[in-house]
Amino acid sequence: MNVQSWTFLLVAASFALYIGIAVWSRAGSTKDFYVAGTGVSPLANGMATAADWMSAASFISMAGLISFMGYDGSVYLMGWTGGYVLLALLLAPYLRKFGAYTVPDFVGDRYYSQTARIVAVVCAIFVSFTYVAGQMRGVGIVFSRFLEVPVDVGVYIGMAIVFFYAVLGGMKGITYTQVAQYCVLIFAYMVPAIFLSLMITGNPIPQLGLGGVDQASGMALLERLNGLHAELGFAPYTDGSKSTLDVFFITAALMVGTAGLPHVIIRFYTVPRVRDARTSVGWALLFIAILYTTAPAVAVFARANLLTSVSETPYAEVPAWFTNWENTGLLSFDDRDGDGLIDFVGPGAAAENELTVDQDIMVLANPEISGLPDWVVGLVAAGGLAAALSTAAGLLLVVSSAVSHDLLKRAIKPDISERGELRAARIAAGVAVVVAGYLGINPPGFVAQVVAFAFGLAASSFFPVIILGIFDRRTTREGAIAGMITGITFTAAYIVFFKFVSPELNSAEHWWLGISPEGIGTVGMAINFVVTFILSRLTPEPPDEVQRLVDRVRIPRGAGEAHEISA
Amino acid sequence: MPPDQPPTPESSPRRDPEEVRRHEAYWRRNLRYLGFLLAVWFVVSYGFGILLAEPLNRFTLPGTGFPLGFWWAQQGSIYVFVLLIFVYVVLMNRLDRAFDVDEGAGPKTTGKREAGW
Repeated sequence: MNVQSWTFLLVAASFALYIGIAVWSRAGSTKDFYVAGTGVSPLANGMATAADWMSAASFISMAGLISFMGYDGSVYLMGWTGGYVLLALLLAPYLRKFGAYTVPDFVGDRYYSQTARIVAVVCAIFVSFTYVAGQMRGVGIVFSRFLEVPVDVGVYIGMAIVFFYAVLGGMKGITYTQVAQYCVLIFAYMVPAIFLSLMITGNPIPQLGLGGVDQASGMALLERLNGLHAELGFAPYTDGSKSTLDVFFITAALMVGTAGLPHVIIRFYTVPRVRDARTSVGWALLFIAILYTTAPAVAVFARANLLTSVSETPYAEVPAWFTNWENTGLLSFDDRDGDGLIDFVGPGAAAENELTVDQDIMVLANPEISGLPDWVVGLVAAGGLAAALSTAAGLLLVVSSAVSHDLLKRAIKPDISERGELRAARIAAGVAVVVAGYLGINPPGFVAQVVAFAFGLAASSFFPVIILGIFDRRTTREGAIAGMITGITFTAAYIVFFKFVSPELNSAEHWWLGISPEGIGTVGMAINFVVTFILSRLTPEPPDEVQRLVDRVRIPRGAGEAHEISA
Repeated sequence: MPPDQPPTPESSPRRDPEEVRRHEAYWRRNLRYLGFLLAVWFVVSYGFGILLAEPLNRFTLPGTGFPLGFWWAQQGSIYVFVLLIFVYVVLMNRLDRAFDVDEGAGPKTTGKREAGW
């Protein structure tokens, strides 16, 4: 069997599995549809959260990104894992006790205000749609690269699959499909990583191989890589080139944004008890950490491989994988000095760089670079699709519940029947799939840029008002609404200015205090906190029943029971 | 709000003052735990991994080839994050029982659980 047949076989088998699970776990009620009937075990929820969280970007692009950024890539590693500590300690158990279906539900009830609810709905839909467009695009790209169908056809196939299990199964279907998707994606990530680690360092565990000895030279691998970097005129791999302050702010924005993303928060409503919510975040981070501690190892292995196997090699003698990937346009060589050798060098070298490498190649081409069997290549395709589909489904559910539950049931038509609401939820999910697919086929130019900023926006809008809603009884509706609006407006304005209005000014000397647009969400969050806190002291205190609600949320006993307040 | 749930006795308006005091003591202890755990969270990531990364990079993690600051930033902090959450779980489960606010078997025994997980 060749690569193509293996890929078809593995992708088809994994899709059949997802559909089978969807049929088995249909949603029968709105509670099933929104929160999987709150019957998911903490371990299964942890796995589902991990798949939900790790998108095509984590699976395909992150290792490559780190590979080119070296130490600076740490912002993603720490930023996208550290947020789970905040989630476990400050959010998940209390939101589970509150017992709502969605994030706007909490905001609306805690801040006794339809305005707050609507602001939260708008933020949730905006954040989720920017994110999901990127996922559908990812599905299309994986299809087109591995199965040689056009990107559009790939997006249609992806839409059909997600439509099937998100619309039919709601959160229940999504949860159990995500458990399967986690298994597929982690297996697909680890197999090539373990092979690579064995080849380069002789240690089967990539996390240890990263700190191990390079078998070819007998030096420590990282020391050897730094040496290669120095020779070729790159900055040392293990030192950063971003300013410490900027690294600090970007990491913080990503951490807090992670903890504020609605599709992550909503997952912790699905477990039976408060203590399960706590445990479940622990499992989720453990499952995520397996991939996130492997990624920096893959980054270094791939980097070392690339530098040693390609640099100074005569173009006529390059290995087969080089030509294969050159054909896809992800790799390109331009013999500027006409000596027939590939000069792959950094800005500090005398020669001119002649090789352009797309970051995605580091994961996608790894199996070929290291000469792994054909089935491993197919596995990587199935893994990339699992990562993209699971995240897309989780996001679509947030959009659908925001429309059917927060807007329709809680704001526009409170007397809607259970069956009517369920039907509305399914229709909303269906429409969201179609819109997401459209955005995937015709991506507005800004989507790729905006995805990274979804974190800043989530950090500056949701996080402070949820935290204060739990930890500060005195926080009022006026404070919360003003806080959300100033936080998200400030952050969005800063980003829009540097990315769209005056992109030519987007460099460190023009940034305010040297903080990049990626890190500005941290400042937006601080502004939101201050505004909410001060304004809450100047406005009449929240009604008694809301203060009692806060007291109840703080105590685990009684989770899963009703919390009816009429504000 | 989930329609199939019985009303909770906890939401009755008047609460006994002893219980209120117990709940407040529970909350203060919870905040102390949070302060400690978040301090560790901050030190390993922002401290060792970012602010002190440069000086720490002069050392290597014993027995390996990792520059120390780099290791904290790309490996160590993530391991500590996972550990912190499980420490929190154990501390809180114990605290819940000590202050008699735990959920017992709770909803776990009511209703049908999802098969096999």
